[in-house]
Amino acid sequence: MTLFKTMLSKLGRKTIDSLWTLGVASTFIFRVIARSSIVIRRPNLLVAEMHFAGVLSLVIIIVSGLFVGLVLGLQGYETLKRYGSTGAVGTLVALSLVRELGPVVSALLFASRAGSAITAEIGIMKTTEQLSAMEMMAVDPYARVIAPMFWGGVLSMPLLAAIFSAMGIIGGYLITVVVIGVDSGAFWSQMQASVDFHHDILNGVIKSVVFGTAVSAISVYEGYASVPTAEGVSKAVTRTVVTSALAVLALDFVLTAFMFTGAH
Amino acid sequence: MERSVIDLWVGIFVALGIAALLFLALKAGNVDSIIKSEGYLVSAEFDNIGGLKAKAPVKSAGVIVGRVDNVSFSNQSLRAVVKLNLDKQFQFPKDSSASILTSGLLGDQFVGIDPGGALENLQDGDRVRITQSAIVLEKVIGQFLYGKMSEKNGD
Amino acid sequence: MIKTTDLIQISSLNFSYGESEIFQNLDVGFSAGKVTAIMGGSGSGKTTILKLIGGQVRPQKGRVICDSKVVNHMRHNELFAHRKTIGMLFQFGALFTDLNVFENVAFPLREQTALPDAAIKDLVLLKLHAVGLRGASRLMPAELSGGMARRVALARAIALDPSLMLYDEPFTGLDPISTAITGNLIRTLNDTLGITSVFVTHDIKASFKVADEVVLLSRGCVTARGKPEDLMESTDPLVQQFVNGEVDGPVPFHVRSRSYREDLALVQSENLK
Repeated sequence: MTLFKTMLSKLGRKTIDSLWTLGVASTFIFRVIARSSIVIRRPNLLVAEMHFAGVLSLVIIIVSGLFVGLVLGLQGYETLKRYGSTGAVGTLVALSLVRELGPVVSALLFASRAGSAITAEIGIMKTTEQLSAMEMMAVDPYARVIAPMFWGGVLSMPLLAAIFSAMGIIGGYLITVVVIGVDSGAFWSQMQASVDFHHDILNGVIKSVVFGTAVSAISVYEGYASVPTAEGVSKAVTRTVVTSALAVLALDFVLTAFMFTGAH
Repeated sequence: MERSVIDLWVGIFVALGIAALLFLALKAGNVDSIIKSEGYLVSAEFDNIGGLKAKAPVKSAGVIVGRVDNVSFSNQSLRAVVKLNLDKQFQFPKDSSASILTSGLLGDQFVGIDPGGALENLQDGDRVRITQSAIVLEKVIGQFLYGKMSEKNGD
Repeated sequence: MIKTTDLIQISSLNFSYGESEIFQNLDVGFSAGKVTAIMGGSGSGKTTILKLIGGQVRPQKGRVICDSKVVNHMRHNELFAHRKTIGMLFQFGALFTDLNVFENVAFPLREQTALPDAAIKDLVLLKLHAVGLRGASRLMPAELSGGMARRVALARAIALDPSLMLYDEPFTGLDPISTAITGNLIRTLNDTLGITSVFVTHDIKASFKVADEVVLLSRGCVTARGKPEDLMESTDPLVQQFVNGEVDGPVPFHVRSRSYREDLALVQSENLK
């Protein structure tokens, strides 16, 4: 009975703690968003953060996109061959990339490449008192450092996801049309007949915007909330990657349920 | 790093991203679906629509002339009601007929329109009178077997 | 221990971080135009006083008055205006690691003023020259020694010509030469610019050489305030212990606990028999 009681109170404690964290994190993000006008007044800050979050993630996104496309093309071809409809491989590659794999995989890669770097950067700035120093110079770190990092991530993510999907389709084309010899006309025309701009491409872009916002918010929050020691920062980086991955997958389920079920 | 170098790289990145989006929209998707052209709604009743779904293409002579807007069931006629959204630039005589066809043996179903010979054209809200239901494969096979059996019995 | 002429007056102040209480009913002031050293053992809340003056933390009770304005009642904008008149040197410099020496010193000028680039360049070189590092303007913070980083941070802190300078442990981790240079800089900046300086330290030798006045903190209160010579001659046992660096005294060597006999397991079991 007492064991049951302690377990229940532990559960209660955990729930209260996580709700508290969620509340603190949301207040933090609203604060960042409220101080975001600097991004428009000084676009250079935003450009620098888009370089940090976007350009530095380009290589991993391009290479992974290409390989995911190659694998999809190969697997899709092997499966569709049994039904004699290898022409549909373009449809399979394009739909899986545009709807799911593009936004999700690029968000996971983005979290581990750019998200962790954002957390580490803010955490180290906190540990070495750079943020305090900024405050004492009457410069608001929320506006000067965190808001540009957040928006840099939010804006980079959809572009990275689009590049990932495009590279994947090119990869699928290379393996099935160029290497295996599927008819190029069938590949493109079947793809074009079934990929809808509003239903598939636009929804994919919406997904990547949501994921980019979530990952960027988690990254800046974990950095700002990190314990200012070397160990604290490394733990915060781990939390960023883990929380981001879970958030992306959970949000993907919710968004997919809203977007792709029902009619059609 | 110099600011001009950062600016250049971010410029390349944004251009690549936009190019990728355009590639997805124009090369992977179909261009027509981006611009939702003005259309008019025409309804048709079928005994059986098989696996026809909303957004399936409507074709005439093999050309896509519109999309299925929605599918419902009428309590009065006890038949399926299919609303077709036809492109304004395509006009069909009032006595045209609609049939549900299948692309290939197992492919997706679509609505085919055979133009009639009337002088007046179909207007928004009109009904296509002559319809032909989907061919349901199980029924066809059933009829085929039934026919074979009655042939045997006749011997 | 507040005088009416003090630029900064902290009165009946309570402050705690969560559960742990730092100050209880603290009264202390810092003279205008002088160099004051705040001394005290580790964890006596020396750095917290600087943070209270800068408005980075707020007390639970009491007032922090700077130049006859109450810092802990300031709104966001007032607080930022207040901070523009303060230069603060952090313990390890807190230089922005992604900017070079020149850009670090230029940072407050670029953020707070609309000066043209040429004027900023001259101002930055002027400040760097004052700390003797004009030749290092292209280096990155990672390429600097601890003492040099501290001096760059000092140049950055004085970039906006503050009327009050705060130094957090300016001598920690410096070799004797760098310590002497830093102490000398604190003294000359104070005298040539006519500003008020407050620094926190536990380096007795350096601080007694530099400071006009010393404030000794212990157990969340001010134990002594006075000229270095006066403190040297003080008969207060606590002051004596600190000044002479004695192991045991009013500040005990042992953390408060049960008696040694009670704590030991073997002795305990002996007693039970």
